[in-house]
Amino acid sequence: MVVMHKPPLIRQPNRLVTAAQRLALLLTAYPVSALAQAPSTDPAAFQVSLWAASCMACHGPDGRAEGAGMVIGGRPDLLRKLLAYKSGQLPATIMHQHAKGYSDDELGRIAEYFSRLK
Amino acid sequence: MSSRRIFLKAGLATSASIAAPHLAAQTGERVVIIGGGFGGATAARYLRRFNPALQVSLVEPAGEFVMCPMSNRVIHGGLQLRDISRPYSRFVANNGLRWVRSRADNIDLSAREVRVGTERIPYDRLIISPGVDYVYDGIEGMSTSAQQARVPHAWKAGEQTQQLRNMLQAMPEEGVVAMTIPKVPYRCPPGPYERASLIAHYLQASKPKAKLLVFDANPEIQAKKGLFEAVWKSRYGERIQYVPNADLKGVDTQAGILEFELQGKVKAHVINVIPPQRAGAIARNSGLANVGNRWCGVDFLSYESAVTRGVYVLGDSIAGSPGMPKSGHMANQQAKVCAGAIAAQSLGMAVPTEPIIANTCYSFVSQSEVIHVAGVYRYDASKKIMVPAPGAGGMSEQPSTMEAIYAMAWATNIMNDTLD
Repeated sequence: MVVMHKPPLIRQPNRLVTAAQRLALLLTAYPVSALAQAPSTDPAAFQVSLWAASCMACHGPDGRAEGAGMVIGGRPDLLRKLLAYKSGQLPATIMHQHAKGYSDDELGRIAEYFSRLK
Repeated sequence: MSSRRIFLKAGLATSASIAAPHLAAQTGERVVIIGGGFGGATAARYLRRFNPALQVSLVEPAGEFVMCPMSNRVIHGGLQLRDISRPYSRFVANNGLRWVRSRADNIDLSAREVRVGTERIPYDRLIISPGVDYVYDGIEGMSTSAQQARVPHAWKAGEQTQQLRNMLQAMPEEGVVAMTIPKVPYRCPPGPYERASLIAHYLQASKPKAKLLVFDANPEIQAKKGLFEAVWKSRYGERIQYVPNADLKGVDTQAGILEFELQGKVKAHVINVIPPQRAGAIARNSGLANVGNRWCGVDFLSYESAVTRGVYVLGDSIAGSPGMPKSGHMANQQAKVCAGAIAAQSLGMAVPTEPIIANTCYSFVSQSEVIHVAGVYRYDASKKIMVPAPGAGGMSEQPSTMEAIYAMAWATNIMNDTLD
């Protein structure tokens, strides 16, 4: 497992600590029921869940990012941030480049999806 | 214990099937996945997430996944192999998969069965995500596995990654390292240039009299060109010699001599040949590599093969849309579109028609500095391909230590997303 919490100049793979942190995160913030959502059978909602799944590559399962990756699951302010990245108001290393690939409406639906993950 | 019983046991243990008993009770479609990399593992996880009634079998011989991203840092010495590896056992149990821990021998498309040893595994839908195979046919002196092993490609993370690291460490102080880059398309466009940067950094720190020769079959650097050129010039100077249009003709792996079409013969102490690539053997042998007999054409709404219905191809084996790189991140993204298409149909919906996927790719240019390229891809319904979203995507302005921290976060999170 790659370990993230310190700058990568230092090799410090304490996998036990990381595993414990992940477990704690799972038990406290995300009860098991929240991990297994009933499958959506509404085509529009299903499409949004696929768009949101794309984000999870960098932001982790259900937006539970580790390390320096931003946690986006359960955030109420996500749309405001995404729109600010898109407009350039909020400086970023990479999110301004991603946000410009989506319409405001798409960003709104994705943000709403993540805001409900809690 | 029979494989069937393992599957049932694993299925009972998942939270998904407990949370949705009405679906779990139904007989779900049988999806078989060949290959547990970024494509196959992600597809398995998201299929079960989107529809827990699906019965998903993963055919993967390895006990653990070793990710290619960050493997150049293992060659450099900043990480160890175990840092980029994760066993499949917990992932298989968490997601209620049946794990067939063997290599898939072949596919009977008409009988809809995967042959694994003496076992025949029937499928309703089949996902193939075999990665790339390496092609030594056109390189003289490299036909045997012993010859290939003396000049490791290390282009699939694992033993060869460590081997290349060991070879660099054992090299004389004033040694010469030579690496060769194949013509595009190959897995991970910026990967060779990241590797060159990190080998140069290692030499600078540990063997300052040694140098690196980079022989590129392409006419120029294939990704993040300006950024790599700038950092090579400012940081590594004469230590990296970059030679474009270098077509590798042959290698004398015992004498350590490379021969190129235009540049003639070159001697090196450590040789890293990254050979030309094509779709994994199981895809080609099944007749799915319909593009130049090399890559697999797919429908970008589902990644269903252009050749055979009910069979899907993911990751480096596909013929991507122009500008779509062969990367682990892309395979992860394609897998979700594919899983969504299969799950939607199993739930009585149509295949979703508006896929939006992204690529995020970080490259280390030194021990502590990173550059990135990012892109967003949307479906063009008239051309039936994925196209870069206008105005989106881009690169770093310059290398930074901040992006090194984000790069490592990316690596952890995509590993979690793929193998949770």
